[in-house]
Amino acid sequence: MDLDTLQLRWHPIASIRDLVPRHVFHAQILGRELAVWRADDGNINAWENRCLHRGVRLSIGVNDGHELVCQYHGWRYANRTAGCTYIPAHPADAPARSICNITYPAVKHRGFVWSGEQPQGSPPELPELAGESLTLRPIPVNAPFALLIDYLQRDAQCLPLKTQQQIQAIQKNDLAISYTVNDQCFLVCLLQPVDSNRTVLRGSVPEAILKGNQTELLHHFNHAFNRIRNAAEKQAARQGPLPAFVAPIKPVAEHLASMPVKGDDNRRAALRVTVQSIETIASDIKAITLMPVEQPIPTFHPGAHIDLHLPNGLIRQYSLTNSPGQTDRLVLAVKRDPASSGGSSHIHEHLKVGDLLATSEPRNNFPLRRDALKTKLIAGGIGITPLINMAQALAHLKQQFELHYFVQNASQIAFKSILDELGHQSTLHINLDVEQTEAQLIALFSNYEPATHNYVCGPAPMLDAARRIAKQQQWPDMALHIEYFKNTRPRDLEQAFEVSLARSGLTLQVPAGKTLLSVLRENGVPVPSSCEQGACGTCKVAVLAGQPQHQDVFLSDTEHAQGDCLMSCVSRSLSPSLTLDI
Amino acid sequence: MHNCQDCTILNHWHPISAIEDATTENSATRLLGEDLVYRYCETDRAVVCLADLPDKPLPTLCNHGYIWTCLGTPSGPLFDLPEFYEADRRNVCAASVGVNVSAPRAVENFLDMGHFPFVHTGILGEQPHTEVREYDVKVTADEREVIATRCRFYQPQAAAGAEGGMLVEYIYRVPHPYCAVLYKSCPDDETRLDVIALFVQAMDEERVRAHALVSVIDQNSTDLSIRMFQQTIFAQDKPILENQIPKRLPLDPRAETPIRADKSAINYRRWLSMQSISYGVIAAAV
Repeated sequence: MDLDTLQLRWHPIASIRDLVPRHVFHAQILGRELAVWRADDGNINAWENRCLHRGVRLSIGVNDGHELVCQYHGWRYANRTAGCTYIPAHPADAPARSICNITYPAVKHRGFVWSGEQPQGSPPELPELAGESLTLRPIPVNAPFALLIDYLQRDAQCLPLKTQQQIQAIQKNDLAISYTVNDQCFLVCLLQPVDSNRTVLRGSVPEAILKGNQTELLHHFNHAFNRIRNAAEKQAARQGPLPAFVAPIKPVAEHLASMPVKGDDNRRAALRVTVQSIETIASDIKAITLMPVEQPIPTFHPGAHIDLHLPNGLIRQYSLTNSPGQTDRLVLAVKRDPASSGGSSHIHEHLKVGDLLATSEPRNNFPLRRDALKTKLIAGGIGITPLINMAQALAHLKQQFELHYFVQNASQIAFKSILDELGHQSTLHINLDVEQTEAQLIALFSNYEPATHNYVCGPAPMLDAARRIAKQQQWPDMALHIEYFKNTRPRDLEQAFEVSLARSGLTLQVPAGKTLLSVLRENGVPVPSSCEQGACGTCKVAVLAGQPQHQDVFLSDTEHAQGDCLMSCVSRSLSPSLTLDI
Repeated sequence: MHNCQDCTILNHWHPISAIEDATTENSATRLLGEDLVYRYCETDRAVVCLADLPDKPLPTLCNHGYIWTCLGTPSGPLFDLPEFYEADRRNVCAASVGVNVSAPRAVENFLDMGHFPFVHTGILGEQPHTEVREYDVKVTADEREVIATRCRFYQPQAAAGAEGGMLVEYIYRVPHPYCAVLYKSCPDDETRLDVIALFVQAMDEERVRAHALVSVIDQNSTDLSIRMFQQTIFAQDKPILENQIPKRLPLDPRAETPIRADKSAINYRRWLSMQSISYGVIAAAV
């Protein structure tokens, strides 16, 4: 059987019991090394055994239950998607979503974990092993699998039972043999072709055979397998080695090969999801769980949001509230806005389980730094949504943080069970008036110490107050991270101006009444966008020359003053022309 | 006919032993896939030969504390290391560690700051201080060296004599395809720089001996404590380097995923490509 055919097959790569909690198991098939690990949610990951960054084996990494962490530079890869979630060398940036390790399918079946390069269908049925079969200790053999199967087939008697009866070896395929006595199967042998000259001999004993003392049975088969190994290795040594299997390493995507630009964003096509559950978690707040329909959910990080496309044509941004490691779904919490223009009211009144929706891929303009000595997460009302995920991530990493959650009354407290788990790290501030809230904010922004970061999300008046108080308290802008849901400030569309696009080589006129973003799009210059009101930061563009008129709430005062970037959805120009780095 | 087909590498000087480790008796070592013997005495300095040709001595140098030789025709003098020759320096040949990896992978690791908190935990770095700040890298105008400046990193214990954490400033120099020199702020004298040099002996394409020269202004540490410090660092790097796949350094930009923190590695790889180095690397497809 040639390599191409073998690559289409499922192969056993481990016994299920090899995947103990928080361990990374080193496996190999057809010359390719795999790092195999089970996350705390039970999902089994079989990945290329190489960190994409510098090629270090991931099998020497750390399985923290939700993510696999590379030993060399601490890059973190998510359970299930294998997407990179954090690059410690650049704590302020969310990694490009497309940094994603190569994954292989992995399924549990009959006591083994099965995988393959491009396996078709499902692993062999092996009905003999239904029930509680006994998986034997695997024996590595320095011999090609074809030699070994031939040996197992011809020399069935090398597996003597304490019986005089004739043993029959029934070859199930090129890599599996079932042994029977009087039509009763007592052993199934499976071969794992590690590479061209090395094979792992695996066995399993059907439940019906297992009576009384298993130690004797284990001892017996272990002895038999070792005899087979000795004989097969002798023969293989006489024959000489076969040419090695070559498992080529796939190159990384072209755009990753050059150094990424700060804030690089690769937007891709929208996802299709179905509503799996809708649950009321507080007064006027519903948690919505969305499951992907076709492709899996791309990797996202604490602070990420999606654009949800509603059946009524509206597009709304919602933060992801998933717990760490919950990578197979999108979980949102939506508050009914009394002044809703059709977004939250539609979700509350019309959305039902089973509905099909489109969403953007997760995007993050509010990334969580994990190099802080202390982090304060300050939520007002539904502003808890991006922060609850951050709090859980920091708790999992055992980093020091405080979560402050301001609500008008106790019925509005969402995520109660998570808050309970966070214990003393979370503080509720219930029913404070404006002055009391400001007093609390002053306390949270006093006595800045290096490597402390405050994250604030909530209603616009609270965020404006936080920004003002931070300034009064001389809290540095780089240590203040604010996420606005909306830009409620008045915006001007009057000023016409000219833009030169340095990379595209275009000069365009932006007339009164039109946004820069729409003029760029009309001229075929793609810029990703989300909220289109200067709140989310998605359409950020670097400014090379000219003085922008910002009008957004995403950038800090320092960034506004620097003037080296703008939000193309709302920003205009104070100078007659601007030069942009696109 | 040499085992190594890379003329640039063949004509370079390569380290084979600390002078203080050599004796008047022949010792055996390996360089670029060939077996060598060498000896050292005060009068006729170092003698190095191919093991098969004991009567034909190879060119030798005794510089920077080490014996250097060349299997081809030396293309020029060995790079300068003036600090080594300053009168008040402590020069310690601190370690010679065998590592199953290519020489360029070892050099790249030496240039890398991002791994400090994860590999040299509690010594050269410590979580959560993981940020690699912007720094500058250039290839010198004569294309003879790669230089990285303004490199800053938080270190809990930057050197054998250091106490307490501090933001340490580094300068890196790569004056040779298989050698790199690091200059860092000296805890005892803020006007001068401590030097740690890595001289990699490529035994073959995927096996090296990494030699460390420490040249410091430090009146307090003993030679032993300087050696222990450097050997601890090398011992922490070794298992990581031996688990890099592939062992040879891939020069194709799409083989791995660089980030901004890897600027020096990116420039080092380009510089190797520019010189058409082929030994110990996987050349980019043309």
